[in-house]
Parts: sequence; structure tokens; C-alpha cells
Amino acid sequence: MMRFLVVLLLLFNMTACTTNEQPTGMEDPVDKVPAFGDTFIEGSIGDASTLLPVLASDGSSSQINGLVYSGLVRYDSGLSVTGELAESWELSEDNLTITFHLRKGVKWHDGAPFTSADVLFTYQTYIDPEVPTAYAESFLQVIEAEVPDDYTFRVTYDKPYAPALMSWAFNVLPKHLLEGKDITKSELARRPIGTGPYRFVEWQGGEKIVLEANRDYFEGSPYIKRYVFRIIPDITTQFLELQTGGLDFMNLLPLQYKHQTSTPAFKRLFNKYRYLAFGFTYLGYNLNRPMFMDRRVRQALSFAINKQELVDGVLLGYGKAATGPYKSDTWVYNPEVPRYDYNPEKARQLLAEAGWSDTDNDGILDKNGAAFQFTIVTNQGNDLRSKTGEIIQRRFRQVGVDVQLRIIEWATFLKEFINPGNFDATILGWSTGPEPDQYNIWHSSKTGPRELNFIGYKNPEVDMLLEKGRRIFDQDERKLIYDRFQRILAEDQPYTFLFVGEALPAVASRFYGIKPTAAGIRYNFNQWYVPQGLQKFSR
Amino acid sequence: MYRYLLRRLLMMVPLLIGITLISFTVIHLAPGEPTDMQTQMNPQASSDLQAKLHKQYGLDKPLPEQYLLWLSRLVRLDFGESFAQDNRPVLGKITERLPVTILLNVLSLVVILTVALPLGVISAVRRNSFFDRATTVLVFVGFAMPSFWLALLMMDWLGVRLGVLPVSGLKSLGYEYMSLSEQLLDRIAHLVIPVFIAAIGGLAGFSRYMRSNMLDVIRQDYIMTARAKGLSERVVIYKHALRNALLPVITILGLSVPGLIGGSVIFETIFAIPGMGKLFYDGVMMRDYPLIMGVLVIGAVLTLVGNLLADVSYALADPRIRNSE
Repeated sequence: MMRFLVVLLLLFNMTACTTNEQPTGMEDPVDKVPAFGDTFIEGSIGDASTLLPVLASDGSSSQINGLVYSGLVRYDSGLSVTGELAESWELSEDNLTITFHLRKGVKWHDGAPFTSADVLFTYQTYIDPEVPTAYAESFLQVIEAEVPDDYTFRVTYDKPYAPALMSWAFNVLPKHLLEGKDITKSELARRPIGTGPYRFVEWQGGEKIVLEANRDYFEGSPYIKRYVFRIIPDITTQFLELQTGGLDFMNLLPLQYKHQTSTPAFKRLFNKYRYLAFGFTYLGYNLNRPMFMDRRVRQALSFAINKQELVDGVLLGYGKAATGPYKSDTWVYNPEVPRYDYNPEKARQLLAEAGWSDTDNDGILDKNGAAFQFTIVTNQGNDLRSKTGEIIQRRFRQVGVDVQLRIIEWATFLKEFINPGNFDATILGWSTGPEPDQYNIWHSSKTGPRELNFIGYKNPEVDMLLEKGRRIFDQDERKLIYDRFQRILAEDQPYTFLFVGEALPAVASRFYGIKPTAAGIRYNFNQWYVPQGLQKFSR
Repeated sequence: MYRYLLRRLLMMVPLLIGITLISFTVIHLAPGEPTDMQTQMNPQASSDLQAKLHKQYGLDKPLPEQYLLWLSRLVRLDFGESFAQDNRPVLGKITERLPVTILLNVLSLVVILTVALPLGVISAVRRNSFFDRATTVLVFVGFAMPSFWLALLMMDWLGVRLGVLPVSGLKSLGYEYMSLSEQLLDRIAHLVIPVFIAAIGGLAGFSRYMRSNMLDVIRQDYIMTARAKGLSERVVIYKHALRNALLPVITILGLSVPGLIGGSVIFETIFAIPGMGKLFYDGVMMRDYPLIMGVLVIGAVLTLVGNLLADVSYALADPRIRNSE
């Protein structure tokens, strides 16, 4: 459960992923013809919480909502923005106004026509102060939203805002079913009605959610007739179910991927894929603690950690050492930053420069009579993080730094340690996405209580770059800014960026049409199909 | 008898209020808040969401007021709405999970009783025989075995390797399309491993308890009398001894009433069974106060009722107690 929560809170964006290696076991599907039918059964460790996207903030809910609802735009296979409910859009000369031209003839699952009024209503719902949504922020930047006609929607910002366009990927809600009602009490939370490729059939709490293909979907009906989302909280049970055919899809653990799926039977029945997930795990230093104020100390600690050892030991090799907050296969990634390859000599030297030496010969460095001791805190239920902590503990000890590891239940962890700033260092992870704006994590204005820059990182140049970066639309120009931003982060080492993990899905081999790209494999789920002769479920 | 019953029932009210007061205080003392789960560590959550949710849930009021509000709703049998994002009524969430949990618990209790009682009796009658020693070892092995481990082994063996039983869940995928008898068989097939696992740990307690009760009774004078007047051993054991040895089992059964709605998180997680254990655990992890309180109140009421039932049925079963007042 705890793992679920953490995944839910920190990695809620896992669905958008990217490929960096060829999938294993792919067959050439040339002689197979797409056919409608069959059922796709997916395993999930957690149940959805609400199927009203405006209120949901967990991975399971977004997974279902993504199939039932549609947005104005979405990411395509190459992670560039493409139209969904919007046929096209225009950006004004001054980058302040976006005009969306909506598709005509789109119908809600209950038959009502979709118009720009639905979009306006959804926008108004997100910014309604009475609606407890987690996603108001980017919509609050809008100063004017208008609907010139039924199929045009126009928004105006007071300053250029680069993440603006993709913020309109939010799920559009049906106005005719929600207007004038208390949204927190709406029935749609249990029985959603959208415009997406799948329509809702049933939800048995804690057991499964069933969807059925929307034959009238505006981009053409999906091939797979039925989608079943089974809730199986235990990964081992999921794996047993996968082997018996009770599941067609699951995300494997590194151990399962490496050691338990290489039998001929498994290879015949399933295809395995691997690609870097959006997100990274880090060791963050509390910069309000005197011992971490010196940049050389943080650099030294980064040199003392063997990142490849973490990737090999914790992820069994299914990941990459991180050099900064972006993963290596995105346009924004800057490979030309200072790296901290494992080098204990260099670490000791930097620590000595910063005034830490072992004067009493007890093996622990000290300065002004105080030993170099601190505690790393992390949350319970994430095996990856506790193992990482143990390995780091040993490496730090080798350069004369004494580290304790404390693992604390999530709610307590936030309340007692992170929120009051009552920690020395912490191992956590961020989930990221194709949008490079990380204003909330690094800007000095976000160091307040309960805000995300809880390590207290303040660098005026980084502030300036972050402010500039979100105002520029041109990708090449933006890259220059974020390149500089990554360089400063690498020099400052407010975090030691540890690793980027890989997503390791297994899909039943009767499903064809899977094309791994930078966006992962799920982006074209509507085009997946089972050839007529291989279909398993007839109803 | 009726006055006694009435007095016991009235006594339950302050007891129940005391229990709720303590539970309410303790869960609010636990660090963290329900709103943290939705607002923290989410890069897109704006800062005033916390305040909005606080207001929506009434968490901005002082704690005593919150308790009184909760209590006044409870008196009207309103358990409130869950703090989870679905905002569903707590009672709905509980009643959705309850039937499965009760079914599993009742089935495993029945299995435990039908196996453990004869085991205990036979062990007592043939004390120190090979049978006695062997069952002792076996039931304790079952008791000591980590149930999640045994469960996984059985799932792998019976579900994956032999393929005779389903691995997890409660129903097969095409359940809606099955005929009535197929549905029943499907249900049973899904229940075999879970009920076996749930029962195996409970065998030790009941069979040992039965054995020691039986031994106590066999040593009594009236058993010697029965034997002395020439009754057959069969009648002595099953008519005179067993009846008396069964009396304390009633108490145990009464005490297991609250256990009927309790589920085990590990058990339910492994078998992917949506039961009370997982519901309660998730509720605690999310600091979903109304849900936690709802489950605790139902548990408390059942405990009190179970105790009362045990006492009353004890009196009904044993004339010595019935007539003593």
C-alpha cells in the first residue's frame, strides 16, 4: 500500500514514458490484419479513487480517465503536441492568446454533442475556488477565456507561458451533466461520461473497472473491444496471474524482469519492453544545515557515491545514472555538465578543502570539534529508496562521513520531517514529464512551508533562468536557458542526482500494433489489436 | 434475566462513547493529515488547496467540536463521508466490503470448528498417543507458518503449475455469462485457497483449547461416576464429557464475533480480495478519519454485542449459571 501511495504521489506521471532500447521478443506483424475484438486485462496495485479528472490526483484514476475522457491536445508518439478535441490551434504574435478550433460532430458517450461550452465550463470548474482540485495553478494564469462560437475556444494570458499549450491536455468535462451541481457529490465520479475512446461499463470497488470500446470515437473506434483494469495490490500475485492468463499487462519488477521471465513459455506468451521512465531519484541536502552550506561538501558527497553501483544493485541494471533533473533522451537534456563519477579520493580532498579532517583518528571526519555525522530520512514502503540509502551509507563511511538511515511512514515523514525542514538529507524521487519547467522545485520563492523546494535551494541565476524559461515558446531558445540551468545545478549539487529508473512492462504477445517510441508504448493503445485467429475472448 | 439483559445493554452506551472518544483522540494524535495525501509532493497542487480541503472536511474547527459533530451524526446513524477523493459515504464503503469479509471469516470459522473440535477431543481421549503428538506438531506448524508465504506457494502450485484453481480474486472474468451452477463452482474454486489459508492458522488455538477442556472434564468426579455405573466409554465421552467441555467454546465463539468483520491486510492484499482489512489499512494510511472511526465503531459494537451474546448463551446452555441468580 505504501508503495502505491508513493508511486501515486511522486510518480503520477509514469504513463508517459520513452524508449531507449529495442524491446525484446518483438515479432514482425506484417501478415497480421488489425481486427476488432478481444479483451485487454491490466493489473494495477491500487484502485482508482474518483473518475472525475478534476478531483483525481492518483495514477490509477488518471489511467482510466485518460481512456474515458479526451483533452484538447495531447502528446504524440514523438512527444510533440498534437490535437485531440482541438483540430488545430493558433498562437497570437505576442504569444499571449491561443485560439483552439474544435472538432465538429464529437459526441459525449450519452449522445449529447460536444461544444466549446463544455471546454469553457471545464476551465471554470478548475479555477472555481470551491472546487478542491490539485490542478488550478496553470489555469489561474489565464486572464480571459471566451467562446466566440460553438467550435472555437480562445484563452489569453497576461504573460507568455510556455507550458500553457500542454495544460489544455486536461480532460474536458460534460457541462450538460455537471452544471449547477456540487461537483464533489457528482455521480460521474463513479460513472464517468466522456468523449474518449472507451466508455465506462462498471466499477466493482477494489476489484475491477471495466470499459468498452467507443465505436463512435472521433478518431475511429479502438480495436480492442473491452478494457479491464484489475486491482491486484500485490506484485507477486500479479505476476502469478500474468502467468495463468489472468492478466495481459503488468509492470514487472527488475527482479521479475531479469530472472523470472526468461523461460521459453513466458517468451512465447509475452513481449517485454523497457524504456527510461520520466522521473529521477535523488539525495537532497537540507541547505539550511551549516554542514551542507559549503558547495564543496555537497560535491564531495556526490563524488563519494557510486551511481552505477546503485543502478546495478538496486535496479539490477534497469536504469541509468542521473546527471541532472532531466532524462538523457529528451530534447532539453544537457550532456555537457560536470559529472560526479565515483571518486573517493576527490571526495576526501574536497572535504579537506572545506575544513573537514580526522583529527582524533576515529575514522570520522570532524571540524571545530564536531564530527561529520548526519541522518538520511526516507519514506517507508519504497524498497528502492531504503536499499539506496544502505549502499550510500557504506560509501559515505568510507570517506569518513557517519550516516544514519531512518525510514518513516509517509504521512509522518511529511508532517514531522519534510514540512518543518527537520531533516539533514533525504532520498526521494520526482516524477517529471516532457515539459521542462521545474519552477516549483527549484525557485527560491517556493521554499515556504509545504512547498516543493523544501531543501531551501536559493540561487538568483537559477531563479532568473526558471522565470525566463517558462516565458519562451521557441524550443531552441528554451534549450539555451535550460542548458545553463542544468550546468548550475550540476555545479551546485543541491541534490545528488542518483538514477533514472526504467519502466519494465510485459504485454501478452497476442497484442499487435505496439510501437515503442520516445513516448513509451501506451500512447497508441487505440491502435493495438489482436488478429482474428488469436483472439481469446469472444464476448 | 431480563433485568440483567437491560442493565448490560444500558452499560454498553457509556462504554461505547468512551471507546469512540479514545479512538477519536488517538487517530487525531497520529502525525499527518488526510489533506497531506492529496496536496503534498504534487508539483501541480496550488498552495490554497490545503485550506480548501480543510474547510470542506471541517478540519478547521477545534478538535472537541469536531468530535461532538461526529458524535451527533453518529447518533443519527450517519457515519459521514470519506475523506478520500471519492467522498463517498463511509457506510456505503463499509457495506460494500463487508459481505466478502464476513463470508470468508464464517467459512474459515466453520472449517476451523469442524476440524479442530474433533481433533481436540480425540487428542484428549488418546492422550500422549502417536495421534496426539502428530496433530500437536501439525497444528503448530500450521500456526507458525507465515501465511503469506504458504499462500504464495499454494497459488503457484495449484494456480500456475497445476492450473486447477484460480490464483486470486473472487470471480472469474466471464462470471456474468456463466450459468448459475457454473457461477457457484467458480465462487467455490476462488474460495478454496483463501479459506484454507485463513483456517490453518486458527486450528492450533481451537484444537489445543478443546483438548485441555476435555482433559479437565475427564478428570472430574462425575465422569468417574459415569464409568463406575457401567456406561460405555462412548456414552461417557460423547454424552457426559463432551457437552461440558463444549461450554467454554461458546465464550470463544462470542469473542470471535467482532473478528468476523475484521480482515487481514496481508491476506487480502495477496489474494486481491477487496475486504475490510485493506479498506481499514488504506484508511489509516490516508488518515481518512471518518472511515477509520466508522470501522472502529462497528468493531466496538460487535465486540460488546459478542460479549453479551456469549454471556447470555452461556446462561442458556448451562442450568447451573441460569439458576444461580
